Amino acid sequence: MLRLEKLVKTYKTGDQALKAVDLEVPEGQVLALIGPSGAGKSTLIRCINRLVEPTSGKVCLGDVDLTGLSSGHLRRERRRMGMIFQEYALVERLSVMENVLSGRLGYVGFWRSFLRRYPQSDVDEAFRLLDRVGLAHMADKRADELSGGQRQRVGICRALIQNPALLLVDEPTASLDPKTSRQIMRLICELCKERGLAAIINIHDVALAQMFVQRVIGLRLGAVEFDGPPEGLTPDVLTSIYGEEDWEATIAPVDEDDTLEAAQ
Amino acid sequence: MSEVDTLIGKTWRKPSFIKRRWLRWALILGALAYLVAAYMTIDVNWVRVYEGLERGKKFVLAFTSPDFTSRSSDIYDGMLESIIMTIAASVVGIAISIPIALGAARNIAPLPVYLICRGIIAVSRALQEIIVAILLVAIFGFGPLAGFLTLSFATIGFLSKLLAEDIESMDKVQAEAIKASGAKWTQWINYGVQPQVMPRLIGLSIYRLDINFRESAILGLVGAGGIGATLNTAFDRYEYDTAAAILMLIILIVMALEYLSGVIRARVQ
Amino acid sequence: MPVQDLKGSKIWQRRTGRESLFHWVLWLIGVAVFAYCWQQISASTTWFFVWDAPRIAHDIWTRATPPRWEYISQLGKPIWDTLNIATLGTIFSLVLAVPVAFLAARNTTPSRFLIRPIALLIIVSTRSINSLIWALLLIAIIGPGVFAGVIAIAIRSVGFCAKLLYEAIEEIDQTQVEAITATGASRWQVMAYGIVPQILPAFAGIAVFRWDINIRESTVLGLVGAGGIGLQLSSSLNVLAWPQVSLILLVILAAVVISEWVSAKVRGAII
Repeated sequence: MLRLEKLVKTYKTGDQALKAVDLEVPEGQVLALIGPSGAGKSTLIRCINRLVEPTSGKVCLGDVDLTGLSSGHLRRERRRMGMIFQEYALVERLSVMENVLSGRLGYVGFWRSFLRRYPQSDVDEAFRLLDRVGLAHMADKRADELSGGQRQRVGICRALIQNPALLLVDEPTASLDPKTSRQIMRLICELCKERGLAAIINIHDVALAQMFVQRVIGLRLGAVEFDGPPEGLTPDVLTSIYGEEDWEATIAPVDEDDTLEAAQ
Repeated sequence: MSEVDTLIGKTWRKPSFIKRRWLRWALILGALAYLVAAYMTIDVNWVRVYEGLERGKKFVLAFTSPDFTSRSSDIYDGMLESIIMTIAASVVGIAISIPIALGAARNIAPLPVYLICRGIIAVSRALQEIIVAILLVAIFGFGPLAGFLTLSFATIGFLSKLLAEDIESMDKVQAEAIKASGAKWTQWINYGVQPQVMPRLIGLSIYRLDINFRESAILGLVGAGGIGATLNTAFDRYEYDTAAAILMLIILIVMALEYLSGVIRARVQ
Repeated sequence: MPVQDLKGSKIWQRRTGRESLFHWVLWLIGVAVFAYCWQQISASTTWFFVWDAPRIAHDIWTRATPPRWEYISQLGKPIWDTLNIATLGTIFSLVLAVPVAFLAARNTTPSRFLIRPIALLIIVSTRSINSLIWALLLIAIIGPGVFAGVIAIAIRSVGFCAKLLYEAIEEIDQTQVEAITATGASRWQVMAYGIVPQILPAFAGIAVFRWDINIRESTVLGLVGAGGIGLQLSSSLNVLAWPQVSLILLVILAAVVISEWVSAKVRGAII
């Protein structure tokens, strides 16, 4: 469903963040993207919806090549890709409801969105989603009154109300405590399954990734180093992605509940 | 799921900034009523404005051909006098405002000194430069001395207040450490306080220099010296090209000062 | 190196020889410039008047006290005009300042090399010139009156407000903007949802702050004929009616104090 072909991103400073990345994501697959800081994980995700312009290569969503689109067409395609951010990236001075409804911006006209007159079906859907993540009673609170985990849930609702086919998730748990991290990851994966969404989850925490996804991509210096099921992440593989370290403590996610502290 | 069922189908409205309905409408209506009343009293003479557009166009066009030459000696003398007043007043004003700032910082000064210094600041800030200039011209006669005194006086209020606020918010631990070493009061100020507020003092001083120059341009209107008198004459005689030349010089000098302050602030921080 | 080795004992100095020479030269130049300035001022001063100043000051004081309190009945309309000049001027200036600020901010300007410098030029030129000078100019163009005062205040404030506002725009959290962009929002929607909520508190603060300054400035605009209480001040000064002058000064003082109090209260409520 999503296909990257020879995707290259070179920044103005000359840093090559992505070196000809090829990747294919079938419908409904949840995929984790791991790798050290600076490996190009964030750049890869942002190149897909062109928040960062790729230098060359192709990004195909379904049959559409996103790289060649005009800004109007790009906006229409962006609606099919929901994005979830590391620091939640909620508009802090707007209410929870406004934040969720902002996911519909690509569907409503300017004045309608400016006057906050969304179609009733959008409002209903927003309430349904907020209820699904357990925040329906918070709808009129301001976003900066929420805790980290609650904010990330609102971020998830904002992405889902777009009715996307693909979720782009950038470090969803980086600013959360271990317990909330798991809850958020579980929520994202459950929602993907419920709605048959594909997702690319860019994540630091290897153990957490192994716990929830079907496929792992290891990125190193802008190139794909590993591509396979989570069980394939042996110490050797991790060494090739991250460099030398004692990996035994990280990978043994047999029992879900007590590996986490070790992974931190 | 019962909670969500009650919510679905309900319209959603953004909660208003002001919750009470009557207060919201009272404020909106009050604001509208004020605007209408204010507009009525302006009493614009549109015919006069329309006639003025021609002169306005002439003035704007004058910027494309400013006349520096025909009154060059007036412009030169006025500018020089403005700059001289600015520099002298800034130096004196800054020199006076440092002790007053120390006195107006509650964490340094005893209460009686604090009250006196805050009083001086309040008086200086409440009086407009141009009003002070009128009074000083009446007392000291025409000329740059009145302008110089005006600007010095205004500098004190501005600089002492901001500097005192900076001293009050300084890091107490550093100052305490110096005090603990057995330093005298002057040594304590020199080692514990001065290094902390110096960058801000320099930044504020240059900013005030900038303001003083801009203010010096109007003091001439009431006879307190500087370029203002020349500018006023130029407007009175509709010599827009000369006025444009003077305004361009003012803008250029302000831009240069702003650039300079940027450079210096980057260096001291 | 500030540490010198002199016959085996180390001598510590704050600055090296070169640095301290540089400092001395700088101070010397500074003192020389100041001395020159002072000499110029002194040369164009009639010192006889200055020595006579205490007597004149005392003379003015005795004439100005007590203020002519009953004159206050004639000040109602001028005070109302002054308030209107400041308020309407601030509103007009904000209307103009918002687009200028968006054009001047690095992250929202449509063109960095053409439009941004123009916006910055508008900001610096309107800021550099005092509202009294704008008033003089506008009186020459559209005639004396309150309207000239409103426009003068508006023009003077554009640069000030736009400068503070564009600095606020440049400091916004870019990821919030990114998030709104990622939903497929159009340029204007990104503006309304991503940027405006972030700068709204700064905007309100700037508006109130500038309104306070404008009250001060509009009290003196009348000196050049642009309406408000300054007109009364000017005419009282012309006929040397000192008791009226002192009353007007008291009224202006009160207006300044009240406006500062209001602005501090409102800003406190916003933040």
